[in-house]
Amino acid sequence: MNAGVSLTSREEIEVHRFSWPASIGIPLLAVFLQVFLRIGLLNFLDLPLLVTIFFAVARRRPVPGMITGALIGTLQDAWTGHPIGLFGIAKTIVGYLGSSIGVKLDVDNPGSRFLMTFAFVLIHKFIYMVIDLQLVGGSEAWNWGHTLFSALANGLAAVVLFAVLDRLKQRN
Amino acid sequence: MENFFARYKNPLVLMAVLFIQVVALATQVKRSENSKAASSGGTRLIRVWTVTAFTPIEKMFVSTGHFFSNSWHNYADLRGVRQQNRQLQDEVARLQMEQVRLKQDADQARRLQALMDFKEKFVSKTVAAQVIGTSGTEQSKVITIDKGKRDGLKPDMAVITPNGIVGKIKEVYPLSSQVLLVNDHESGAGVILESSRLQGILKGTSLGELQISDVMSDEKVEAGEHVITSGGDRIFPKGLSVGTVSNAVADRDNDPFLVIKIKPAADLNRLEEVLVITETAEAQRAASSASPVRAADILSQRLPSIPKQDANAPKIPGATATPTPAGPAAGSDKTKKPAVPDAGQKKAVSDAGQKKEGAGTTAAVKTPSAEAGGVKAPAGKTAAGGSVNSASPKTGADTKKPASAGTAQPAAAGADESPTPTPTPKPKATPPKKPKAPAKTPDASPGSTDNTNAGQQETVPAPGATPAATPSANQEKPPR
Repeated sequence: MNAGVSLTSREEIEVHRFSWPASIGIPLLAVFLQVFLRIGLLNFLDLPLLVTIFFAVARRRPVPGMITGALIGTLQDAWTGHPIGLFGIAKTIVGYLGSSIGVKLDVDNPGSRFLMTFAFVLIHKFIYMVIDLQLVGGSEAWNWGHTLFSALANGLAAVVLFAVLDRLKQRN
Repeated sequence: MENFFARYKNPLVLMAVLFIQVVALATQVKRSENSKAASSGGTRLIRVWTVTAFTPIEKMFVSTGHFFSNSWHNYADLRGVRQQNRQLQDEVARLQMEQVRLKQDADQARRLQALMDFKEKFVSKTVAAQVIGTSGTEQSKVITIDKGKRDGLKPDMAVITPNGIVGKIKEVYPLSSQVLLVNDHESGAGVILESSRLQGILKGTSLGELQISDVMSDEKVEAGEHVITSGGDRIFPKGLSVGTVSNAVADRDNDPFLVIKIKPAADLNRLEEVLVITETAEAQRAASSASPVRAADILSQRLPSIPKQDANAPKIPGATATPTPAGPAAGSDKTKKPAVPDAGQKKAVSDAGQKKEGAGTTAAVKTPSAEAGGVKAPAGKTAAGGSVNSASPKTGADTKKPASAGTAQPAAAGADESPTPTPTPKPKATPPKKPKAPAKTPDASPGSTDNTNAGQQETVPAPGATPAATPSANQEKPPR
């Protein structure tokens, strides 16, 4: 059987690395901007989630992906005043899924980035809601319109943001 | 086994990480159920570290941003500043006049509140703070301010702006604090619809809107109605602006009830500076010490018969010699029974039975010329008693009483005994007294306390006193 060049072949997929300053600075900056910039549009955008997806997809390694998500989520939880773990769990799962998908799909294409981010925002929101309702006992209602708009906005933002962050990649 | 871990390394790590976070989450939820301290121990430390690490950076960014924006605004504002200055000076002059008038009204309101034994908490101390961050999520409406434990902030303190309420302090850190906005779905505040006086609980929704629920649908609620705090939540003092009713519709989930949507008075999405109410005081504290006197005073001030009693003063033998402005009431004390000094004594005793025994008796024994001082003396006592714990406005209110107290005692006594003790009207006797107002000083000199009372009295004219009754008050009365 000719294995040939397959996107699912690990040897053919680039695994990117990032410098330490970028690995630490970008997530911190994302959380910082999220809490600092008091712009209405940022209510719909989730910069920490976008950064989580980007690092997970680019590294293509589940463990660093999920740990990045867990740390970013915990940091965000610490700031928002919510019980620590709400965003942490959601972003851990997203990080894991992102890195797993990154192994199997071409995620450098803007279209696939948009669709992937769109889906991850929905998944993130869903996980968040489940944890909030089932574990924390929250009463937040699911709002389809708001969620879809948020997913759309984040998907579009991801196309731009990922293109910028691509410059930080250190190719092996 | 080793092969198993190597093969399923990723899912196992995922489960481990999730397990740790779920345990942490469960611990926090359980703690918050057991005690109100939602975050403590390890999670509290994470929060404190995060917030403390971010706060200086945020402050730096905010200060830099404000520096540039202020520099630009300062430049822009300089244009036309002279004209604006002129306008502002006019405005200040107008407002000063307005302030004098309002001060009178406020004093009057305080006395009436005391009369009604009405306890109201008012804001006595606030700390200004700058908003330096938000929660950054749509799920929670939380802002971060640059004042914390070191500035005396504590959880559950009310946060307001001049426009209206903002929220309450949720978490306090050394250098900053988190404020839970009123439109957060976990937030709540007791409110009253200002005109219909309907009470309700203001809650936030998950969409960041404000609404009052649990109001019966047969209540009439109109759009545009002003909503204020009720003070029942023990966080927001009563009477602070909350917002206006935007609409009221039937609650689909809760049939006989309405859902009243509120448009917040404070722009919760564009908060820059806020005030944290760190201390409230009871308006009644100063009033309570003198409330028995004040009730009579206020009633007597309101009685239309007071000036008429004043008019009788000259009729008393010797009273014409010193018809002091503060004296008329004292004169009226006597004028009910002018010819009988004993009756005056009895009157004084009956007054003393109310509260000021010695001074009242002295007043009765003295000649009418001394009555001014004599009657003032009890009032002076009252003032002294009332002003022990009072702040400047209250002192003004208390010390103002001598004039009214003079009139009040007989009137109150009269009111107690018979509702209409009004003698035959001789109002024309009053105007001639006006020029004699300066004679008050020598008259008042016998009673050393009278001087101070009289001096303080001039600062705050009696709102209830008619011009004829108190010439001095008439002079001081600000233009309305």
